[in-house]
Amino acid sequence: MTPILVAKDVDIFYGDFHAIKKVSLNAEIGTVNALIGPSGCGKTTFLRSLNRMHDLTPGARVEGTIQVDGQDIYGPGVDPVAMRRRIGMVFQKPNPFPTMSVLDNTVAGLKLAGVRDKNQLMAVAERSLRGAALWDEVKDRLHMPGMGLSGGQQQRLCIARALAVEPDVLLMDEPTSALDPASTAKIEELMSELKKVTTILIVTHNMQQAARISDTCSVFLNGDMIEHGPTEQIFQHPQDKRTEDYVSGRFG
Amino acid sequence: MSQATKRPPGRGLSSRSDDVFRTVIIGLSLVIALIFILSIYQLATVSWPTLSTFGLDFYTGRTWDPVNDVYGAFSMIIGTLVTSLIALAISVPLAIASALFIAEYSPKWLAGPVGYLIELLAAVPSVVYGLWALVVIAPKLAEWQLTYFTDPAKLETYSACQELWLQGTSSFQCFFVPSAADGRGLALATLILTVMILPYTASVARDVINLVPRDQREAMYALGATKWEVISKAVLPYARAGIMGGVLLALGRALGETLAVAMVIGDSQAPLTSLWQNFSTMASVIANQFGDAQQELHRSSVLALGLTLFFMSVIVNVLARIVIKRLTPEGIK
Amino acid sequence: MSAVRQDVVALRRSAPAISPARRLTNALMGGLISLGTLLVVAPLILIFYYLLTTGLQALSPEFFTQTPAPLGETGGGLKNAIIGSITMLSMASVIGILVGVAGGIFLSEYPKHPLMPTIRMLSDVLAGIPAIVMGLVVYGLLVLRFGFSGMAGAIALGFLMIPIVVRTTEETLKLVPRATREAGLALGLPRWKVILQIVLPAAAGGIVTGIMLALARVAGEAAPLLFTAFGNNTVTTNLTEPMSALPVEIFKLATSAYETDRQLAQAASLVLILLILITSLLARYFSSPRKYRAK
Ligand SMILES: Nc1ncnc2c1ncn2[C@@H]1O[C@H](COP(=O)(O)OP(=O)(O)OP(=O)(O)O)[C@@H](O)[C@H]1O
Ligand SMILES: [Mg+2]
Repeated sequence: MTPILVAKDVDIFYGDFHAIKKVSLNAEIGTVNALIGPSGCGKTTFLRSLNRMHDLTPGARVEGTIQVDGQDIYGPGVDPVAMRRRIGMVFQKPNPFPTMSVLDNTVAGLKLAGVRDKNQLMAVAERSLRGAALWDEVKDRLHMPGMGLSGGQQQRLCIARALAVEPDVLLMDEPTSALDPASTAKIEELMSELKKVTTILIVTHNMQQAARISDTCSVFLNGDMIEHGPTEQIFQHPQDKRTEDYVSGRFG
Repeated sequence: MSQATKRPPGRGLSSRSDDVFRTVIIGLSLVIALIFILSIYQLATVSWPTLSTFGLDFYTGRTWDPVNDVYGAFSMIIGTLVTSLIALAISVPLAIASALFIAEYSPKWLAGPVGYLIELLAAVPSVVYGLWALVVIAPKLAEWQLTYFTDPAKLETYSACQELWLQGTSSFQCFFVPSAADGRGLALATLILTVMILPYTASVARDVINLVPRDQREAMYALGATKWEVISKAVLPYARAGIMGGVLLALGRALGETLAVAMVIGDSQAPLTSLWQNFSTMASVIANQFGDAQQELHRSSVLALGLTLFFMSVIVNVLARIVIKRLTPEGIK
Repeated sequence: MSAVRQDVVALRRSAPAISPARRLTNALMGGLISLGTLLVVAPLILIFYYLLTTGLQALSPEFFTQTPAPLGETGGGLKNAIIGSITMLSMASVIGILVGVAGGIFLSEYPKHPLMPTIRMLSDVLAGIPAIVMGLVVYGLLVLRFGFSGMAGAIALGFLMIPIVVRTTEETLKLVPRATREAGLALGLPRWKVILQIVLPAAAGGIVTGIMLALARVAGEAAPLLFTAFGNNTVTTNLTEPMSALPVEIFKLATSAYETDRQLAQAASLVLILLILITSLLARYFSSPRKYRAK
């Protein structure tokens, strides 16, 4: 097995507050990895360290090593901009760019990289929108504002936007928490397709969702990762009492 | 009847007192409408003699001659537009830069002080800007202008241009040659106007840029954008309606800005042939001539300038509102 | 599974690095933005330097206790202008606060009233009317009939204050949670008491800020006073007489040919700016979040 993402002894601080304590995690290529745990335990904090989003948060500090494809993303000489291009992110709230059309939203990352060829852009847009299971719904209104779509469609547009740059790793922070059950089901279905082309780390509060879609599962509590393993094991035979309590809904 | 008696005591009283209160509030609010209506009425009646005498010629006429009682406001309208638009063109990019600096670039400890300094810029009174321009800037400009009269090569250019100027025309090159050596004039007025409208544009730009949600920036960063790309592709497009509105509001201010301009522009109604010449704006003519205007027509003409300025600022303000509404991307508020 | 993995690896290798052009643009724009900011704050620093170096010298006790010296003589102060400014600003505040706060209450508390959109629009438009035009309006309304007077000047300044006070009052009142109003109404208080005794006090900090900002803004205005209050070389607090004000004196002295007049103008500018600064600092103080939470 070749892990594409290796996080080792990661500590994250907000000022003096120690939000993540010595967390290590490996993610294999082509898998879906769920991060679960009660609110405020540090899932978002950890996820955002994986594409150096904390560089933008004043006062936040990340220690330890995180390697993507063998390269230390916090290493000297690493350009966070180039690095982020290989690690996509989907946010909790759908956030299409309001001044761009559906098409422009989808290929925004490619345009940044300097791709100007109309045909290529169109081809990538179609592939990404199909990949995000949105193509059939928007193919007739590619030039309409991205904001004109429904919430569920907007979120799939954001997934398409992240897919268009063909990231090695896709980070998703509660991507379905703002969506209705039908849109959620669509996006869950997507995951099993998406992992054929990328590796997914997903934060979720929904135990069934984690059980349904993920291959591995990491349980966070108060900044610690208390358990990590194959999803089946976490849900069927948890090693840690606290994990058992959490997945069975006894606290959180 | 029995219904009424069942009401809790005092209920009827309080609803009547509510009516009284509302009437008072609305009455006082109507003063706002009253001021607006009275303004138009006042300005219109007193400028009527001019408007009925000259009609549209008041706006197209190039002679403003109190001695012969002929009034055409064309050149001061040009003065107002030229100073305002140049000032706007210079100050808008600077203002946006300062807003971006505060929001995106500056370390935290510097953002507060810089923002406060820009706010202070708005607190400096117009007359103080005028004083500063007259006492500090004008002599510096004059020093440079003087070289056109002392340096033989430059003097030659000057003389050639003067030929043109005397015929009331100019050329592209001559437009930038100083026509006098006292530092005052159109250029200084424009410069001081630029400084004066900076804080307005800057504070509007800062407000709208602060309103851009964090997730818009992060979404762009997550796609592998550089800081400038985040600004140019996510922040500025999102904020464009607000910024455009702010630009128009600043234009409104620039059009009516009076005393600093009146103090340094030189109050001349000569044709526009050089950026450095003495000139006038509508507002500067009002400030400089209204007190001395003796003839009824002169007075009425100055007031007609006021009326024009009034409508210009109303139009610009309403336009600003429409722009903000129309340009705001769908889904933002 | 392994075929998929190969695909992924292939994709990964194809990811291009950032082009030097993009890097260069990024650095260049960063530099330009910082430079632009420097250009924005430079004039302020220069003006303060100028006023502190020249105005402080010219400032003397006489400045506050004497009236301007007769033409051609040196010395003298601007007591007349200081008293005039204070008198007119006080009167202007009465007008600005009365109409401005009422307008703000109207816009925020009676949003369904048919006149609401009109008043909001007119108030916004009024905020954009040049001060000199407001001076002309008041000239036509009052001065033509009753002559130059401090009252006319105060009314012109008051009119200029109104839209600023309206706007800040409306905005702060809207910040007061609906629940606060409903709590009051549920106690059986009539609406006007809820507004006056619960909503207004809760928003007091913001409203005071608005009033101070409006004051700071008009305190520096000379344009609306030129044809209304006109100016007066003697000290008076009688609003029916012509009256002087600091900005008006600065305007007149700055364009004078005498060096001593210019020094007086510089001293007056320094005093005026300090007054305005203190006012806006007070405004900041009243609007500080700490204050809000304490309410
Ligand atoms: N910018 C920040 N500054 C300071 N503390 C922060 C910051 N962001 C998060 N925290 C703190 O770090 C801890 C972890 O927060 P985080 O957002 O990672 O939790 P989470 O597991 O994602 O929770 P949720 O499930 O509610 O999204 C919390 O205690 C939070 O208060
Ligand atoms: Mg979270």
